[in-house]
Amino acid sequence: MQHLDGNVLAGPASELFPSEPTTTRGQCLSCSDIATLAQAMVYGAPMGYVVRCRGCDGVLVVITEHDGQTTVNMHSLRLLSEL
Amino acid sequence: MRRPPVGWFTGSLVRATSLTDSARSLTFSVPGWPGNLAGQHVDLRLTASDGYQATRSYSIASVGPDTDVELAVERLPDGEVSPFLVDDLEVGDSVELRGPLGGWFVWRPEHPEPVQLIAGGSGVVPLLAMTRAHTDARSTVPMQLLYSLRTPEDALYRDELQQRSSTTPTTWHYTRTVPPGWTRAAGRLTPDDLRSATLPPERGPLTFVCGPTGFVETVARGLIDLGHQPDSIRTERFGGI
Ligand SMILES: Cc1cc2nc3c(=O)[nH]c(=O)nc-3n(C[C@H](O)[C@H](O)[C@H](O)COP(=O)(O)OP(=O)(O)OC[C@H]3O[C@@H](n4cnc5c(N)ncnc54)[C@H](O)[C@@H]3O)c2cc1C
Ligand SMILES: [Zn+2]
Repeated sequence: MQHLDGNVLAGPASELFPSEPTTTRGQCLSCSDIATLAQAMVYGAPMGYVVRCRGCDGVLVVITEHDGQTTVNMHSLRLLSEL
Repeated sequence: MRRPPVGWFTGSLVRATSLTDSARSLTFSVPGWPGNLAGQHVDLRLTASDGYQATRSYSIASVGPDTDVELAVERLPDGEVSPFLVDDLEVGDSVELRGPLGGWFVWRPEHPEPVQLIAGGSGVVPLLAMTRAHTDARSTVPMQLLYSLRTPEDALYRDELQQRSSTTPTTWHYTRTVPPGWTRAAGRLTPDDLRSATLPPERGPLTFVCGPTGFVETVARGLIDLGHQPDSIRTERFGGI
């Protein structure tokens, strides 16, 4: 399956974000690109979500949802305020 | 932005109508549903009798405060979930729905910019919701749709889109088969098609693009080549090629 984008994270990330995940902005620590989560590229759905930078393709964060438990592994992302 | 709490709801199918040979509109009654904006989606979860679960995302075709939620699903022949939803789910059956989801790929009547919608295949679903919201709000903001599909028989909501042609006009584009008497030959959307059928950058439009991943990426690149600002283009990829 080809990749999706960060819109698909709205559900899985809803438990981790106090506000709307897809309009939350983040900065890639590799290339400094700033984008909303919706604009990131997402691989591996719906088994898990490998979130990659739209600019440099680096892995930003990995989200897995299993038995109602959501885990997040931050790789190379700085969360900024919401848009 | 504040949002209503996102939760899992039980939806029971109250209406199902076939839209094409391969697509079906499904309306669920969802007690407690807080209503939704145009462009939002749900995560739909099915649980088999042995406990196996499968979850997929579906855009919401309906808009507003109503607790009836309409989805439109296209069958992928080899798919795990979509053939079941299109062929087997019966009125009275229940599914779990998480939502309303998303805030980026959303059109609000308060947006002042003219709006260009560009759909590939079933990507029309959230964009149809935007035309519905435009109508419900009696919005005077210009909004128009470019709808790319394989054949005339693949059109979802053709009658409804045509009825709305004076307020949110649709340009139909066919990639495989055209209707009799059509002047444009069937073929992929070209940069020229994009230029002639979409609002130009000078008008400062907000452009929503939705459909299969490959379609979305080709169109988004084409829009940037035409001079649109990347941040004025909002995309949603449905997957596939
Ligand atoms: C935010 C979002 C909103 C969506 N809204 C809708 C909607 O309104 N209506 C709708 O019908 N679908 C929508 N989809 C797609 C939907 O979530 C499923 O991917 C789709 O129904 C296929 O699921 P499946 O279980 O049948 O196929 P799977 O078993 O998941 O996949 C079967 C095969 O089809 C391929 N495939 C997967 N998705 C697609 C695709 N979109 N096009 C072509 N090939 C594909 C896969 O690579 C795989 O080989 C949306 C997706 C997202 C991320
Ligand atoms: Zn980067």
